Amino acid sequence: MKITCNGETKEITPNTTLISFIRDMNLNPDTVVAECDGRIVKREEYDNMFLSEENVLELIRFVGGG
Amino acid sequence: MLKIADRTFRSRLFLGTGKFSSAETLKKTIEASGSEMITVALRRVDLNDPSDDIMNVLDREKYLFLPNTSGARDAREAIRLARLARAAGSGDWLKLEVTPDPRTLLPDPIETLKATEELVKDGFIVLPYINADPVLALRLQDAGAAAVMPLGAPIGTNLGLITRFQVEIIIDQARVPVIVDAGLGAPSDAALAMEIGADAVLVNTAISVAGDPVKMAAAFARAVEAGRWAYEAGLGKKSSEASASSPTTGLDFIKS
Repeated sequence: MKITCNGETKEITPNTTLISFIRDMNLNPDTVVAECDGRIVKREEYDNMFLSEENVLELIRFVGGG
Repeated sequence: MLKIADRTFRSRLFLGTGKFSSAETLKKTIEASGSEMITVALRRVDLNDPSDDIMNVLDREKYLFLPNTSGARDAREAIRLARLARAAGSGDWLKLEVTPDPRTLLPDPIETLKATEELVKDGFIVLPYINADPVLALRLQDAGAAAVMPLGAPIGTNLGLITRFQVEIIIDQARVPVIVDAGLGAPSDAALAMEIGADAVLVNTAISVAGDPVKMAAAFARAVEAGRWAYEAGLGKKSSEASASSPTTGLDFIKS
């Protein structure tokens, strides 16, 4: 099934959790904040949240800034 | 010591972390600056460059993170970024920045006030970035801002403290700390801001684009300290007339 992550279409297998998706992207779940369909997902929800078809996911993190 | 909200700071220099050539340089620069609070921004992860993670070099235990809302064009966008920052684990501290015009990056005072009211209600410790507007500074203070951050000059310009007159009024009136933010281009600019009574300065570009950022951070740290000492010592009054530093008496012997 397909989701949109950071503007890109990503193919994922059913029953993919948010945490496994983040790890598949080679990202550290502890330094990434996720917004799914406009809702901020709390860190403690990452492990149990399953992604669904057509989810629009934003993965955001801190960068250098003034 | 400087106190903002419930935190005390030994260093009155805060550092922005943008535009550094490498993570290693950034790390060394923060150390050289002596800063205890550093600003960060929030952006979409580049999925093609997952290892580019600033958190690999920044120690959350050692420094207070002040996430900014840079890129927000109105209150709604700023509030969204603020909530994301909190979810990212940075706590409640926030540098509120609402800049609708990318050419000048000047802050929108009305949206900044609206966002401050909302975010204070939501438990954030809000440090709004503002134009050097004394009336707005008071309004934000009344709305619960923990400090105000008037600009010395537009972001990234290195033009120095061109808003000096207005910043002096803000300092004179404020009950919350005044942090001069943006535009300070040289250590002497930071020293001037501190001499006129600013509680702290926030510097990014002047340090990150310097030939040697680590050395420049150390230079700013000393300038900020010197300026603060001068303020505490009390500067002498300016005068348009000369006043001899040496005694004017006891000169009879050379007068014929």
